[in-house]
Amino acid sequence: MSTAAIVMMVVAMLVIWGGLALAIASLVRHGAVEDRAESPRRDG
Amino acid sequence: MSTTAGRAAGQPDEESRRGAFSSRRVFILAAIGSAVGLGNIWRFPYVAYENGGGAFVVPYLVALLTAGIPFLLLDYAIGHRYRGSAPLSFARLRRGTEGLGWWQVAICFVIAVYYAAVIAWALRYTFFSLDEAWGADPEGFFFGEFLQAGDVEVTADVVPGVLAPLALVWVAVLAIMVLGVQRGIGVTSVVFIPVLVLAFLVLVVQALLLPGAGAGLDALFTPDWSALTSASVWAAAFGQIFFSLSVGFGIMITYASYVRRREDMIGSGLVVGFSNSGFELLAGIGVFAALGFMAQAGGVPVGEVASGGIGLAFIAFPTIISEAPAGALIGVLFFGSLVIAGLTSLVSVIEVVISAVRDKFDTSRLTATLVVVVPLSVLSLVMFSTTSGIYVLDVVDHFVNQYGILVVALVSMLVVAWALRALPGLGDHLNVHGRPRVGAGWRTLTSVVAPVGLAVVLVLALRDDLTAPYEDYPTWLLLVFGWLLVVALPLAGFLLARLPWRAGTHLDGPPPGSDPAAPLHATPTADPVPGNRPVTGHDEGGLR
Repeated sequence: MSTAAIVMMVVAMLVIWGGLALAIASLVRHGAVEDRAESPRRDG
Repeated sequence: MSTTAGRAAGQPDEESRRGAFSSRRVFILAAIGSAVGLGNIWRFPYVAYENGGGAFVVPYLVALLTAGIPFLLLDYAIGHRYRGSAPLSFARLRRGTEGLGWWQVAICFVIAVYYAAVIAWALRYTFFSLDEAWGADPEGFFFGEFLQAGDVEVTADVVPGVLAPLALVWVAVLAIMVLGVQRGIGVTSVVFIPVLVLAFLVLVVQALLLPGAGAGLDALFTPDWSALTSASVWAAAFGQIFFSLSVGFGIMITYASYVRRREDMIGSGLVVGFSNSGFELLAGIGVFAALGFMAQAGGVPVGEVASGGIGLAFIAFPTIISEAPAGALIGVLFFGSLVIAGLTSLVSVIEVVISAVRDKFDTSRLTATLVVVVPLSVLSLVMFSTTSGIYVLDVVDHFVNQYGILVVALVSMLVVAWALRALPGLGDHLNVHGRPRVGAGWRTLTSVVAPVGLAVVLVLALRDDLTAPYEDYPTWLLLVFGWLLVVALPLAGFLLARLPWRAGTHLDGPPPGSDPAAPLHATPTADPVPGNRPVTGHDEGGLR
């Protein structure tokens, strides 16, 4: 593979799969915050 | 009735009637199952290769971030806020726009008829892979022995080898749809999407181990930067994103309507959007690694064997399977992935129709499923198990995608953004529980960038089709199954909108209980409000 092809493949992987990882992490973190915010009401 | 309890009172009845996903995870997997379809596997790799290779990453990402995900969030916002099928959601948005929803339903009806046929072909080829039934001539086998395609004409000559797997696909679809939103679509997605990803990962590893794989990846990723100055390359990127994400024709509106009201639809949309693209990238790597092997084995450049669509799946891949070590495994994984990806997309397309029928008329899940799936399957079997099936399929697919989905998506977006000026309200709805928040940027992308992108794709497609007949098919075929069909779809949609709604349907704005800001658990009272229970997943009262 040429250097240019390797670079573009890595860039595509980093941006797309990295974006997916960030999106999942953000959703999990925010979801956890939401759940904690609701828990007192659930208990009450 | 303006109290919290009053706002939530209508929710449980409505949700148990319509059905709901049991959790965010189930919804996300179902949405990924819808978005990841045949196009991810057999369309994206070739589109990327043809439009600048590695340089295509730039317009593709721009299209994803500026149009695809913003449009996906718009669909989510409409479905989640108005909590209905596409027609009901549009009717609640503004009564006069209900026809847009039915237009989307009509498109889904047509897509379902032919999409099932391709899944049936892939199902048959999964088993053909075991003994390489195509022999030394995969192309001759596919068009001759398997499809028995003759001259371009419409015939009633049934091909039993296509009829049987097609009937099997429809039986599977019927079973999934009868089971309902959670037990049918939800469980299917939870089981099959991980299987699909795993199977494709194994396939990619197998393909990367083949000699010549590097040459294939080189062909796919070597950037041609001059392509970035071409309008058609940018249009291809926007087109790929729109076709791939399942936006603009009712699926995401319908699925979002099954999500509990206190949910992060923005975060979910980002996960779905990037998952869809992530799978496309995986498919590109696997497909072009395999094509690199095929090129090396044949002693030709990769460009000579590169193809997309039916040619890639049913001609190129059988050739690869015949020549590669562990070819049967590659075949089963590849065609099995096509079947799974196709099936999870097909059920989402059909759910748009079933959901609309259930919302409009007072029918049970079972009745609505039978009313929708039986005619669909009969039409599908009659039209696509014959010797002329592939020609009709090719024409219908081309026109419904280019002038059905694109036009209805464009019109819907313009109506919501400019005629109804509904974006601020929809953005506020997303922001109640969504992160990161959407604001003026999202509204600009949805009202300007995405419509312009769609319009350019549409104009270029129209120019091509008016310049030369699509694939040199006869005019009568293009007229009947192409132009007339795409004109009939909106007409059917606006006629269906004239039918009365079932008694008691709430049509003025968001329904009671849809406010995501309302407390999930109200303070207990002497008259507890069952609607304040969290949604645990419903299947519409079973098989009433």
